[in-house]
Amino acid sequence: MYRLGVDVGGTNTDAVIIDDSLNIIARIKVPTTEDVSTGIYKAVAQVLKDTKIDKKKINYAMLGTTQCTNAIVERKNLCKVGIIRLGSPATHSIEPMIDWPNELKKSISENYYILKGGYEFDGREINPIDEKEITDAAKDMKGKVDSVAISCVFSPVKADHEYNAAKIVKDVLGDIPISLSSEVASMGLLERENATILNSALMTTAEIVTEGFVSALKKEGIKNAKVYLCQNDGTLMNVEYTKRFPILTVACGPTNSIRGASFLSKKENAIVLDVGGTTTDIGVIVNSFPRESSLAADVGGARTNFRMPDIMAIGLGGGTIVRKDESEIKIGPDSVGYKLTEKALCFGGDTMTATDIAVRLGMADIGDSKKVAHIPMDFAEKTMDLMTAEIEEGIDKMKLSAKNVPVILVGGGGIIVKDKIKGVSELIKPNNFPVANAIGAGIAQVSGTFEKLFTLSDKITRDDALETAKKEAFQIALDAGAREDSIDIVEVEDVPLAYHPGNATRIKVKAAGNLI
Amino acid sequence: MKELNKQSIEDIALGAALLGTGGGGDPYVGKLMALQAVENYGPVKVVDVESIPDDALIVLTAMMGAPTVLVEKIANGGEFKRAFEAMEKYLGKKIYATMPIEAGGVNSMIPLAVAAQMGIPIVDGDGMGRAFPELQMVTYHLHGITSGPMVVTDEKGNVSILETINNKWSENIARAMTVAQGGSVMICIYPMTGKQVKDCAIRDIMSYSEKIGASIRESTKKDIPPIKQLLDEIDGYELFKGKIVDVLRETKSGFNFGTVKLEGIEKYKEKNCEVNFQNENLVAKINQEVIATTPDLICMVDTDNISPITTDALKYGRRVVVIGLKCNDMWRTEKGLETVGPKYFHYDIDYVPIEKRIKEASNV
Repeated sequence: MYRLGVDVGGTNTDAVIIDDSLNIIARIKVPTTEDVSTGIYKAVAQVLKDTKIDKKKINYAMLGTTQCTNAIVERKNLCKVGIIRLGSPATHSIEPMIDWPNELKKSISENYYILKGGYEFDGREINPIDEKEITDAAKDMKGKVDSVAISCVFSPVKADHEYNAAKIVKDVLGDIPISLSSEVASMGLLERENATILNSALMTTAEIVTEGFVSALKKEGIKNAKVYLCQNDGTLMNVEYTKRFPILTVACGPTNSIRGASFLSKKENAIVLDVGGTTTDIGVIVNSFPRESSLAADVGGARTNFRMPDIMAIGLGGGTIVRKDESEIKIGPDSVGYKLTEKALCFGGDTMTATDIAVRLGMADIGDSKKVAHIPMDFAEKTMDLMTAEIEEGIDKMKLSAKNVPVILVGGGGIIVKDKIKGVSELIKPNNFPVANAIGAGIAQVSGTFEKLFTLSDKITRDDALETAKKEAFQIALDAGAREDSIDIVEVEDVPLAYHPGNATRIKVKAAGNLI
Repeated sequence: MKELNKQSIEDIALGAALLGTGGGGDPYVGKLMALQAVENYGPVKVVDVESIPDDALIVLTAMMGAPTVLVEKIANGGEFKRAFEAMEKYLGKKIYATMPIEAGGVNSMIPLAVAAQMGIPIVDGDGMGRAFPELQMVTYHLHGITSGPMVVTDEKGNVSILETINNKWSENIARAMTVAQGGSVMICIYPMTGKQVKDCAIRDIMSYSEKIGASIRESTKKDIPPIKQLLDEIDGYELFKGKIVDVLRETKSGFNFGTVKLEGIEKYKEKNCEVNFQNENLVAKINQEVIATTPDLICMVDTDNISPITTDALKYGRRVVVIGLKCNDMWRTEKGLETVGPKYFHYDIDYVPIEKRIKEASNV
């Protein structure tokens, strides 16, 4: 039994084959193609050619891809979306998509309706929904939209209005894809509505992505594999689920890289330093999952409340240009980028880079060390000290406490990092680190997240609420395909609402488990 | 009369975040309400405190309740039309202009939406010159002006007029109504005459916020270090530059209390700093010596992009510059200090103006 993991990045498409005991038995890197699917096809074909395994024995295939993100950023293949927001008379003061970039707004929707419905924080109705109003809106959209997005005030607390409205819309428009905000995202009406609209806009792209991957697999004779796509949170969703919730794929790249690094280093809690040519991305693994950012995530110019990995980028990589200004050393922020092997001194070029400094100091053996011998040793040392200080500061900013932490070093530019770094308990450089992303895809788990606002009382204590939430999350993970005995509660968040009388608390629980 | 466009509103929101001294919360929803109103009704007109007629009626507009509710149950937009009608009928007088209660968070934005929608000017002033956690902490209170009659309204169309015996009762009754009405309501309070506004409003807060916001937005485009530009612009003091090494938090009776500890960097190396907050930053100490206290402003900004940091966003490892600003002179009077001085917040510290503390301090 084997797994095939594929990751599409901005520059490269990587593929790996992983066996039962999670050993990496083959890996390949090919350039990402403009249409993406050709690159995927090539990577799959190559990695299979490199091994002699029986294709029938590949029983899982996972894809991490940027296609949905690209579709939004490039405004390509986006569906026309009809938007229904339930909450009137509340919410009229801010119309849907008010702060979106005009272009994106135009390519997605001109049809929105703010209709009666919605809840108070405690689940009381603001208004019942009005069947006729929704029917009229649906009739009005007919022929103008490809999909429908429905949001509702406080639907994370109670979603009945969204379900009922969806039924009414289906009665009028037939079998049209409908996204419900309570299923897509969490608290914060505007952010949740934005995410739901974007999700609806990706319905065609989702079809292209999933069908493309499935057919690439078929073409290569992989017929028995269960197919999954990677989500932002480092867990998987199957093809059917992806077709309903394509928006959940938008940040899977950095997530897979962090998860892959965690797997390769066998560390469940650590900092990941991904050093590229131009920048270094610093992320954090907490219990084998990436730490999520607390900031609102911007997707193509629209503010959403997705949980994206908390990544800090610093302008330092292998190709970063080093200059001497009179007495001062200036490092970057510009870089020779992918032209390193052409421009860097050690490759016979004319530009001094961070890599040249590492070669001069004997930290790396690439290019021709004679070509950097003219760099004064004390200058190289001083420069390295400055670069190290920058990395140390970055690591320190991402840490949660003053305690020393293990750091996992991945990425092609890793040679510029010294073995001894302040604040670091151990520096780990795993094998196979160039394909950490695809490995992250290959080892991903399935998960379930449950979030709800509980009003606590004598009848429902905080413990009861937590127990309910855990059970719900467990069930969602189970439904998503996790093996029952492997499901763990991996995250519990409990936020008492300040200023809020009546002792309400918002509880969020995530459960994750291995594939069957 | 000056007009505010969408860019001005973005800048005011950013500037108000700094003057919010760590409190006030995320102004996002308020900002969008203002932007939507400008899109629908055109730019907001601003009027100077000095040019308001003495007998004109000015009211403050704000939201009351949980910001966590407001981000879900967004306002209808018609609340203030109804509230104004009720207030005008009750007082038998037309409202001339509106004014913000404070210069931070969502309530720095709501009056802008109201002004655009109602086609009335917004007064370039406020009652705090910053943000404070309690309703009576306004300069109007210092001049004996009461908050009533007060209008409370919601998205459904309910309108109530409160005529109470004092500000504390307004607060208590309105709080209870807020809960019944779903956790967040819009309010119209402190009706005042133009003369009263001239006596007790803090001037030019809108222009000041806009200037600060623009300065932060533009700061990375010039060769001068961003923090220096900002300090020059606002006539502020750099109190400390350091890294957050610990954040202690506690929620008590609806307020977020806490302390953030900083370890010095660059020229502050070997020194440490501590800032105590209750929603807003209240006391700053360097090496245990008090360097600034409320009502002077204690703000924190990111060392890299000088964006203001609220107390919610304080976390280990962040590099921040602690900035001190003089508060308005009205807060430095006996009654002012009784209302918002360090002793009111249970600190056993005598108020000394920040400029004096800095002159005498051994650590700055």
